[in-house]
Amino acid sequence: MARQTLERAREAFVSGRARPLEFRLQQLHALQRMLTEKETEISTALKQDLNRSQYDTPLLELIGIENEIKLAIEKLSDWAAPRPVQKNLLTISDEVYIQPEPLGVVLIIGAWNYPWALTLLPLVGAIAAGNAAVVKPSELSECSSLLLRALLPRYLDKDLYPVVTGGVPETQELLRLRFDHIFYTGSSTVGKLVMEAAARHLTPVTLELGGKSPCYIDKNCDIRIACRRITWGKFVNCGQTCIAPDYILCEPCIQGQVVECIRQTLLEFYGADPKCSADYGRIVNQRHFNRIMSLMEGYTPVVGGQSDSSQCYIAPTVLKDVPPHSRLMQEEIFGPVLPIVAVSDMDDAIQFINEREKPLALYIFCSDKKAVKRMIEETTSGGVTVNDVMMHYTLSSLPFGGVGQSGTGCYHGKHTFDQLSHHRACLVRSLNMERVNTARYPPQDRRRARRVRMALKSPLIDTSKRTLIWAIVATILGVCLFIALLVILLMAAGLNCTCWYWRGFYN
Amino acid sequence: MSREQVVVEQTRRAFQTGRSRPLNFRIQQLKKLQSFLQERQKDIVDAQKKDLSKNKYVTELFEMLILEAELKLAISRLAEWAAPRPVEKNLLTLTDEVYIWPEPLGVVLIIGPWNYPWCLTLLPLVGAIAAGNAAIIKPSEISLNSSKVMEEHLPQYLDKDLYPVVAGGVPETQELLKHKFDHIFYTGSTTVGKLVMEAAARHLTPVTLELGGKSPCYIDKNCDIATACRRITWGKFLNCGQTCIAPDYILCESVIQSRVLEEIKKCIKEFYTDNPKASDDYGCIINQRHFKRIVSLMEGSTVAFGGDVDESQRYIGPTVLKGVTGESRVMEEEIFGPLLPIITVDGVEDAIQFINNREKPLVLYVFSHDTKLIKRMIAGTSSGAVLANDCISHFVDSALPFGGVGYSGMGRYRGRHSFDQLSNLRSCLIKQLNLEVVNSMRYPPHTGRRLAWAQFFLLTQINVRRVGYVLIMLAGLTAFVVQKYLR
Repeated sequence: MARQTLERAREAFVSGRARPLEFRLQQLHALQRMLTEKETEISTALKQDLNRSQYDTPLLELIGIENEIKLAIEKLSDWAAPRPVQKNLLTISDEVYIQPEPLGVVLIIGAWNYPWALTLLPLVGAIAAGNAAVVKPSELSECSSLLLRALLPRYLDKDLYPVVTGGVPETQELLRLRFDHIFYTGSSTVGKLVMEAAARHLTPVTLELGGKSPCYIDKNCDIRIACRRITWGKFVNCGQTCIAPDYILCEPCIQGQVVECIRQTLLEFYGADPKCSADYGRIVNQRHFNRIMSLMEGYTPVVGGQSDSSQCYIAPTVLKDVPPHSRLMQEEIFGPVLPIVAVSDMDDAIQFINEREKPLALYIFCSDKKAVKRMIEETTSGGVTVNDVMMHYTLSSLPFGGVGQSGTGCYHGKHTFDQLSHHRACLVRSLNMERVNTARYPPQDRRRARRVRMALKSPLIDTSKRTLIWAIVATILGVCLFIALLVILLMAAGLNCTCWYWRGFYN
Repeated sequence: MSREQVVVEQTRRAFQTGRSRPLNFRIQQLKKLQSFLQERQKDIVDAQKKDLSKNKYVTELFEMLILEAELKLAISRLAEWAAPRPVEKNLLTLTDEVYIWPEPLGVVLIIGPWNYPWCLTLLPLVGAIAAGNAAIIKPSEISLNSSKVMEEHLPQYLDKDLYPVVAGGVPETQELLKHKFDHIFYTGSTTVGKLVMEAAARHLTPVTLELGGKSPCYIDKNCDIATACRRITWGKFLNCGQTCIAPDYILCESVIQSRVLEEIKKCIKEFYTDNPKASDDYGCIINQRHFKRIVSLMEGSTVAFGGDVDESQRYIGPTVLKGVTGESRVMEEEIFGPLLPIITVDGVEDAIQFINNREKPLVLYVFSHDTKLIKRMIAGTSSGAVLANDCISHFVDSALPFGGVGYSGMGRYRGRHSFDQLSNLRSCLIKQLNLEVVNSMRYPPHTGRRLAWAQFFLLTQINVRRVGYVLIMLAGLTAFVVQKYLR
């Protein structure tokens, strides 16, 4: 089944109809219409999948997709146009540019935590870049997955952008086939399997994975505001966000204050009983519920800790003085459990972070610019937000992606377009001026080699800033000298119409 | 513990000390690499002569000069490349610092090929050093003499803990690939490329694969065939056809086939004399295995010119084949040797279809005066790169990204592209702990009004520059009015 879907998509791609800009724009408009017209249905599906509130749907998913579509529609002709490249003396009379082209058929494997945003954002880029795309939403967010399968063919070209639903067997079947790019969002474990499968066909991949995103709170910052922002980021979608602050690092002296501030903020956000709050989500399924509960074993929470397995409900929970080598600190939590690990100072925090896998995001709460800069320079991560959480995700001019175990490749805005395009180097020369080439042909001798060497090493071939400045200065000097020469000649010729000043002088 | 494991751990420890990061250090290492190339030129030239019968001018032109240019570029532009790159803001981030910060990835494994062992192994190294990484260099054992020179002399110039050279064959490479790197840069064949990527997948290591394929070369019947054939002959028989971007085969209409053949014959005589075997400028095949492989490719095709071989010297004369079809033996794999098949097609559309029935090549060559035809060919096909009316020279322009697509490779390098490829481009958003009231629209408990504010802020696209211009205009207008009023 998967093979036939892929073959149809490839045939549709080869027909060339996905390439014209008008077609791509039309498909993007159609996608936008789908999200506007079906917002209620999407909200309902998310409520069933993750107990998402009706406000969180647009806030966390739809606004982001709408933004991306708008940006793509506005900038598509810029992005898809040939990109001129700096010339040198050898290519000065040639056409030199990079032409972005579609790759072919892209496989998009979506995630369940933000099933619409994380599946459709890559699709926007795939369409914009002129590709066909096979969309495989996550079976864990079942209602959203089925809804997408029903809706997408009604709005988009169903041969170019088919939806394939199913679980692990269906995904494995897809991965045996040959695509031109695979875009996967999910866990590092499955990411490895995706890349291994892709390797068999030499298919490039974009892997948006996860990890434990550390959150450092400096003792001298405004802890109340810091904790407000962290609380929001941690417990939105019940902690099931790849860039949620996974754990907090802070000095023991402020630990108590941090806990208090988080407690107060939780009260403000979700009320005394988050289970009754319309804004508090649920764990996606029993398996993940059990997984998160088992991570908490042996610890006494200072905030929360309540759970209800029948609803897959886990209260917003905070644990303090968590040992660095505990199970809680071994795997990505992906749930509403917030451990606080004590560190002695910022250097200790930096060391702690560097001992672990490179995270998807790093959060630093600190008012000291120098200290912030140092922390950024001495650690590594996919992205950094300072004095807030997750917000680097919302700016489409920033490439969003991981490094190391947290992923490879990046996307958002133009980056998605670039990631799902082939940047073809184009050099268009002419068949004349063959004399210039003589030096490169055999039979080679010292004289010819010297000529080539001189041509390639001449500073004129160097288009660096220094040469540019040199060229501009030389031109200005030349023009000034020329003007000076003209003035002198005119004066010498005795022309008193040169300037009325001189007439006064003569008189 | 194997030798390779020791080296990998040592290199990682050296990277973790942080000494490869400061810009001065990187520039100093690049300058040392420059010294290495200048002072060891004789050793390099001798090694190339022994490996591939390359004469010293060929080595200089096609390996050393390109490396020197790349080094000069990296040294002069490093500060610019490594600086934070500001990006466009939106309404919510108007007062924040937003930029992309290029950082080193860590330990890069560079696996070099044998056909241009210096250029294609050291060009990625320039990028790796410039980006602040450590790098393990694994030169190809097939170009044995070059590998020996690299192993012996490179550590005398570069930091030997940060940039060790690991020589060896397949077992040593396999051993290296078992370990975790932060990036693997491989140049070589498609078959081994798959194995490299599979090994990399186990550690989620990103890869750059510079592979190969059959690069087609279309000659339009209305172009200057003499010049076209000159350039093609040069590109094809350079290094005895052992170039990943050599024109693999020619596509042309039957009406010009004999003219093409004549011109190529003429050029071969001009470049390599009547006896290429004795010519100092004509190379040899790298080893017996490849010699036998290339000779066997001639099966089933008619030799229009050349075809002379000498196994003892691994010599295959410049050969042109005709009567070749898509199913011929010589069209089954990348030739990587001095055989030039000519295949007749019925015109541009037929050529495009022929090309599209095959794997995406590393480069497409088109020879024509007609710009429309060239554009049609570019639009109708896909390849790593396109070069119209010349061969090979797109590699010399470091502003163009060099790389393949599909089976011809993934990723790209040269100049700044190497730097970017071997860096982690980290997104940084620096906010302040004030203006908390702006955030209230995102916090629960959610209401319709808060959502409306969120929609306004997130969906309003603001062009900061345009706002700036408007403000400046307003300021100017105000100044004018005030000044008039004061008078």
